[in-house]
Amino acid sequence: MKIYIPRDAAARALGSDDVANAIRAEAQKRGIKPQIVRNGSRGMVWLEPLVEVETETGRIAFGPMTPAEVAQIFDGGPLSLGPTDQLPWMAKQTRLTFARVGVIDPLSLADYEAHGGLAGLRRALYMDRPTIVAEVTNSGLRGRGGAGFPTGIKWKTVSEAKADQKYIVCNADEGDSGTFADRMLMEGDPFTLIEGMVIAGLATGATKGYAYIRSEYPDAVEVMSQAVEIARKAGILGPSVLGSVYAFDMEIRVGAGAYVCGEETSLLNSLEGKRGVVRAKPPLPALQGFLGRPTVVNNVISLATVPVIFERGAAYYKDFGLGRSRGTIPLQIAGNVKQGGLFETAFGLTLGQIVDDIGGGTATGRPVKAVQVGGPLGAYFPRALFDTPFGYEEFGAKEGLIGHAGLVIFDDSADMLKQARFAMEFCAIESCGKCTPCRIGAVRGTETIDRIAKGDAAAIPLLTDLCTTMKSGSLCALGGFTPYPVMSALTHFPDDFAPAMKEAAE
Amino acid sequence: MTASTAEILSRTGDILTAHDGMEGPLLPILHAIQAQFGYIPRDTLPVIAKHLNLSKAEVHGVMSFYHDFREDPAGRHVLKICRAEACQSMGADRVAAHAQKQLGIEWHETTRDGQVTLEPIFCLGLCACAPAAMIDGKLVGRIDEARLDTILAGVR
Ligand SMILES: Cc1cc2nc3c(=O)[nH]c(=O)nc-3n(C[C@H](O)[C@H](O)[C@H](O)COP(=O)(O)O)c2cc1C
Ligand code: SF4
Ligand code: FES
Repeated sequence: MKIYIPRDAAARALGSDDVANAIRAEAQKRGIKPQIVRNGSRGMVWLEPLVEVETETGRIAFGPMTPAEVAQIFDGGPLSLGPTDQLPWMAKQTRLTFARVGVIDPLSLADYEAHGGLAGLRRALYMDRPTIVAEVTNSGLRGRGGAGFPTGIKWKTVSEAKADQKYIVCNADEGDSGTFADRMLMEGDPFTLIEGMVIAGLATGATKGYAYIRSEYPDAVEVMSQAVEIARKAGILGPSVLGSVYAFDMEIRVGAGAYVCGEETSLLNSLEGKRGVVRAKPPLPALQGFLGRPTVVNNVISLATVPVIFERGAAYYKDFGLGRSRGTIPLQIAGNVKQGGLFETAFGLTLGQIVDDIGGGTATGRPVKAVQVGGPLGAYFPRALFDTPFGYEEFGAKEGLIGHAGLVIFDDSADMLKQARFAMEFCAIESCGKCTPCRIGAVRGTETIDRIAKGDAAAIPLLTDLCTTMKSGSLCALGGFTPYPVMSALTHFPDDFAPAMKEAAE
Repeated sequence: MTASTAEILSRTGDILTAHDGMEGPLLPILHAIQAQFGYIPRDTLPVIAKHLNLSKAEVHGVMSFYHDFREDPAGRHVLKICRAEACQSMGADRVAAHAQKQLGIEWHETTRDGQVTLEPIFCLGLCACAPAAMIDGKLVGRIDEARLDTILAGVR
């Protein structure tokens, strides 16, 4: 008997360790010796802990499991949900980047290879550098960290740069509220990220890599650290990658609780052991990055998508999507939502389809009031914009952004003035301090919003002006994009800024 | 459990040598020191600075930039409650206010008996099972006032 019990941080936060202990005890009572696999999460967080039993007809899901109800795994019962793959949430997805997450034992290389792992790297080993870069460019892959910059172009710059040492840096700082795709991937299928980084090394001539993981993710740090050691022992990392003439090795580094260190130049400073202050660009990190050397900085999901592109081919990947947003995107549906979790699909679903159909509306059962898309620097969308298709340009056209594809849902009890204030407060707390509009402006922003809350209508134009200054005068997107949540709240939910608004109109 | 200055310095020396040869070793060193002592003792700063050929002010500047590093020991237990948006949408502010009331402290403070330190945190990646918290490194999803009381009862 083979039983899968997730070791994903969300599953553990909902009690999967206790469930695992209860299952072991129950099995012993019945004289059964099950093989227990601690897998990643399938992404149906509302059903976690989601336990699966392997049967001749496939895996059967049980959830949300509790220690008191584990007998149902052996006897059946109301928590039995049927075959996992046939659950609507699973059946409707296109899982490319997340194909193995929740399916395999995260630290079993045998499992990894049996499910297509290393096929991409083996193909890349027979390509020259320009061909590898061209494959990535042709896939249409754009950075999943937020800015959406074409990954192939970044790699080309680093590949063509001349230097004695180049680096691949994986940005696993995932600080945006509402996002957890990087975490789930690292905990559920760490070798995919390693494979992607090795391919990036082959493409650019970089022989050393770092994954900078935020300290808020102890489980991801643990799984990734173990995976790196296993990969090194297996010869995937080291002086001769899979027996080839190419070398590539990598290290795991841990952040220290600074949101701004997700910004790539701040991250590089942090990695060098400095304060995480943002660097002015140019020079681009691609030319002068870590320790002044040419460096690829890519998000976890960007890098972890590379193996499947090489396994299936650029054309296959590019075929999915909408407009200039090619391939698939792991949506992270979060906050006040009935069915929250990770859902990978081609770009192009509308916001309404994601929130109402996939997410099933709010957890509280009240009407959806707003959805913040793209983290703390993303705009709040009202229902009126629910026809917006999920794509980089499509969200940009509506004064928003998709960022790292996190969606945070709020019901009608949300106070949008409070949300706007929080955006300013967060910017003030996390500012690296380099530029005035961000460092001082954000503090002024909270004060100005407090004046509005007290009914001072004259403060509204001040807030708008302040946002314009922050937008144009900030060096990075922390100060530059904080106006998105603030202005969207003000524009789409003016009632929450009343009575000041009414007074202004009179 | 407080170590003597001599002990601190000797263990710091071991940590420093263990990080020799690393590119950009300062954050890993500070993490290792904090893991060892629970905070970054003041006396370690000049030693780190000397070893890395930096000024003491530089090391202090780095340490103080990051929210994770503490200059003083925390309480016996550390409760972190997520304050970010997804958790707000599920009532995190209410849970946090309850915690502050029960403990009689504000953010970043420690109860007078030295038992619990309360820290805000901005996202634990548990945004689909919000609100989220962390007690002594253990994650808790869908926390509410009742679960918080149980947790506090367990550590006080
Ligand atoms: C304040 C701020 C925070 C950021 N946080 C992250 C992050 O946590 N993860 C990430 O991949 N990119 C983050 N970015 C974007 C990075 O600067 C950079 O664009 C990205 O790592 C490039 O990788 P990609 O091209 O694969 O997306 C952040 C940017 C800013 C301005
Ligand atoms: S906008 Fe803010 S975080 Fe970004 S560089 Fe300027 S001060 Fe630093
Ligand atoms: S916002 Fe609280 S865990 Fe992500």
